[in-house]
Amino acid sequence: MPAMSAPVAFSSPSAAFFAGAKTAVTSVFMLVLAGTYIGIGALTHDFGLSSWWLAISTVLVWAAPAQVILITTVTTGSTVLVWAAPAQVILITTVTTGAALFEIALAVTLSAVRLFPMVVALMPVLRGPTTRLRDLLLPTHFTAVSMWVESLRLLPSIEHQWRIPFCNGMSAGYMATAAVFGFVGFYLAAGLPPLLAGGLLFLTPMSFLMSTARNARMMLDKLGLVLGLLIGPLLTILDVNLDLMWTGLIGGTLAYLVHRIREATT
Amino acid sequence: MNPLLMELWPYFLMVLVGYLPNEVWRVFGLVLARGLNEDSQVVVWSRAVATAILAGVIAKLILFSTGALAAIPLSVRVIAAVFGFLVFLGARRSVFAGVLAGEIALLAGGFLFSH
Repeated sequence: MPAMSAPVAFSSPSAAFFAGAKTAVTSVFMLVLAGTYIGIGALTHDFGLSSWWLAISTVLVWAAPAQVILITTVTTGSTVLVWAAPAQVILITTVTTGAALFEIALAVTLSAVRLFPMVVALMPVLRGPTTRLRDLLLPTHFTAVSMWVESLRLLPSIEHQWRIPFCNGMSAGYMATAAVFGFVGFYLAAGLPPLLAGGLLFLTPMSFLMSTARNARMMLDKLGLVLGLLIGPLLTILDVNLDLMWTGLIGGTLAYLVHRIREATT
Repeated sequence: MNPLLMELWPYFLMVLVGYLPNEVWRVFGLVLARGLNEDSQVVVWSRAVATAILAGVIAKLILFSTGALAAIPLSVRVIAAVFGFLVFLGARRSVFAGVLAGEIALLAGGFLFSH
């Protein structure tokens, strides 16, 4: 166990910040993020949103699943709203997108539920005896799968007072990587032959599928993944409203029940 | 609607139906971090729901593709995804190896069978 060795210390908060940033750009998640955001950049181009829209959403939303939901639904629901000139068309679509906007927000918020337990688990690791609430605001916003996995792995070996700047530096490194590769994917998709552009769009589902499968250690997570893969398309074919929400509630609850029954019987 | 408003509309939507419904869970987590632990039943259930939603998004992106990916036949997309996943499992759960294998299969199949 590395716990025997002395905890890592830094000379200043900025030294800790840059050490964190360096960790980010040399980690394996850098490749996963680059692949994911090249794919999301291509997707953004495909759905007719701008590259700056994507960059700002990367900084503000900072959650690839929510961003994918947002990109693929905001435009299909509101293309007419964004581009149309005739007033009556706008009026009609505003009425219909009222429901659509609610559905998008619901899908985004359900996809983001997983951030809640991550923050809950991370805060005790970051918090020291003198930590103020406002010091935790930035790490809270930065919480996402990649940063969370690496934080729980690396922070325990670092002295308490340097953990927050280290974590912020690492997260900023990940976010900058994502933002840059979002632009790369966007402009690659604009100039590539169709087959390669299709290959870029394929990056998002593939990297999601495998990073989710890799994080799925418990039967609960594996079952949730498999059920979601089956129920999602089924509800789409059946043309069910709020299909993503139902996919989550049905698939997730079934997985949870199986998990509870297995726990009760063992 | 005036042109400036139309220009800003996608950004407004991003904040309204993207940023806010996403960020609320992080803020909740910060506020309630003391009350709950990772093993509590509500947390376990919500993690399963979140995983299933993400899986639904993944399946939809592969099966009901849009744009350039839609030009590649459905059978090629599905076979490439399955192949990539098998390589991922075979390569000791390497995301990099799996994505690379899936991409190669997709491009090869797309090259041969696209219209």
